[in-house]
Amino acid sequence: MLAQDFDIELRLLIDAIYLKYHYDFRGYARASLKRRLTTAMQHFSCRTLSQLQDKALHDDTVFSALLDYLTVQVSEMFRDPGYFLSLRQKVVPLLRTYPSLKIWVAGCSSGEEAYSLAILLREEGLLERTLIYATDINTQALQKAQAGVYALERIAGFTENHSKSGTSSSLSDSYTAAYGRAVFDKTLTQHIVFSDHSLATDSVFAEVQLVSCRNVLIYFNRELQDRAIGLFRDALCHKGFLGIGTKESLRFSSHADAFVELAREDRVFQKAAA
Amino acid sequence: MKSSRASTAIDAIVIGASTGGVEALGALLPALPTNLRAAVFIVLHLPRERPSLLVDIFKGKCARPVSEAQDKEPVVPGSVYFAPPNYHLLIDKGPQLALSADEPVNFSRPSIDVLFESAADVYGERLMGIILTGANQDGAVGLQAVQRVGGIALVQQPRGADAPIMPEAALKQNPGAQACSLEQLAGLLGTLANGRPLVPPHATN
Repeated sequence: MLAQDFDIELRLLIDAIYLKYHYDFRGYARASLKRRLTTAMQHFSCRTLSQLQDKALHDDTVFSALLDYLTVQVSEMFRDPGYFLSLRQKVVPLLRTYPSLKIWVAGCSSGEEAYSLAILLREEGLLERTLIYATDINTQALQKAQAGVYALERIAGFTENHSKSGTSSSLSDSYTAAYGRAVFDKTLTQHIVFSDHSLATDSVFAEVQLVSCRNVLIYFNRELQDRAIGLFRDALCHKGFLGIGTKESLRFSSHADAFVELAREDRVFQKAAA
Repeated sequence: MKSSRASTAIDAIVIGASTGGVEALGALLPALPTNLRAAVFIVLHLPRERPSLLVDIFKGKCARPVSEAQDKEPVVPGSVYFAPPNYHLLIDKGPQLALSADEPVNFSRPSIDVLFESAADVYGERLMGIILTGANQDGAVGLQAVQRVGGIALVQQPRGADAPIMPEAALKQNPGAQACSLEQLAGLLGTLANGRPLVPPHATN
């Protein structure tokens, strides 16, 4: 297959998905999108993207399976423990000064990051006054996140990460293990609102003190990154906090000046005074 | 090797290595000429969670700037980029660097296949792919992509490699690829100076 044909078909497929299902992948970074679609093509036994488009357009079940290929991010709890350590050391002391807290986990996928933050806030005695908005475009992932159930074999990795995040408590305080699965506390879920929100097409919905959006921006092109970072800036309160992925950068964004570095290595920023 | 090859300049070199890779790169990267025009992208499998010291190791040994790849960074010709641990490195149109936290490929993140395939899309026949020592099969499929677009496919000779599995797998999957000793590869990289056409390696399989 010619690379040029693939690019044409990719554009057509993305447009078709947008027109039919209103999911907007037009601003996604091409290289990753291409790779994900190539994998999906193999899964659906399609020789070309045009064939995949035909299936996706006329069969909702194919589309919803395709959506998983396009969006699902397998994360871990307390991925990059240094990030959570920085939050504890540099952000939590300032969060304590607010009588009530709102936090936005953008692109939460199946919820690992949202639960990590809820656990961290409980350990710091802040969860009771906190509401976490955890958003994603994939509603099936959101349902999984809402359930808070993870395979037991993943827990060892989560536990190791958690133990490096600057706490003396144990992750096992937060879940019940049964039948090969770990079920996270409903008392955590009570403080999390999982909802459908697109960084590509939706707008700001609340004022928050902290936005955590990690390893989501890498899938966006620069224009869409700018849109998302603009939303974060607008959602954040005066001197609010933004955390992004360890290898992500605000350097190439037109909103770079709106933030100052708080923890350089761990990519924690604070909104600059206007 | 096609005769038209000799006149096509190389704009990018992708290198994949695993076990024994630090030593092999230690023999290659110092050979890069000061007036290199090609950008160099490297995936070296590393234990995850460990901050990558690769940049520190190679900064002083290399005539060209060495850095860890950052997402959305525009590619600067003649620069050397390492994939960060626990992320895939891809090349996007521009050309610019792109990272992904997608599932491991061949149990590896970063994966050599992911880098090579995306670079093949962007650079086509102006790409050179090199598979070095390693103990798994990552890179074999990626090198195929390099050949498919008309790029140059080179593999470290398995018998001289610290771990021969990866170069063997790459050669098996890519009969058209050339096997070269590290010295031959270093000599070849040394000729990739600004504006100079590529001199094909005189290698034996």
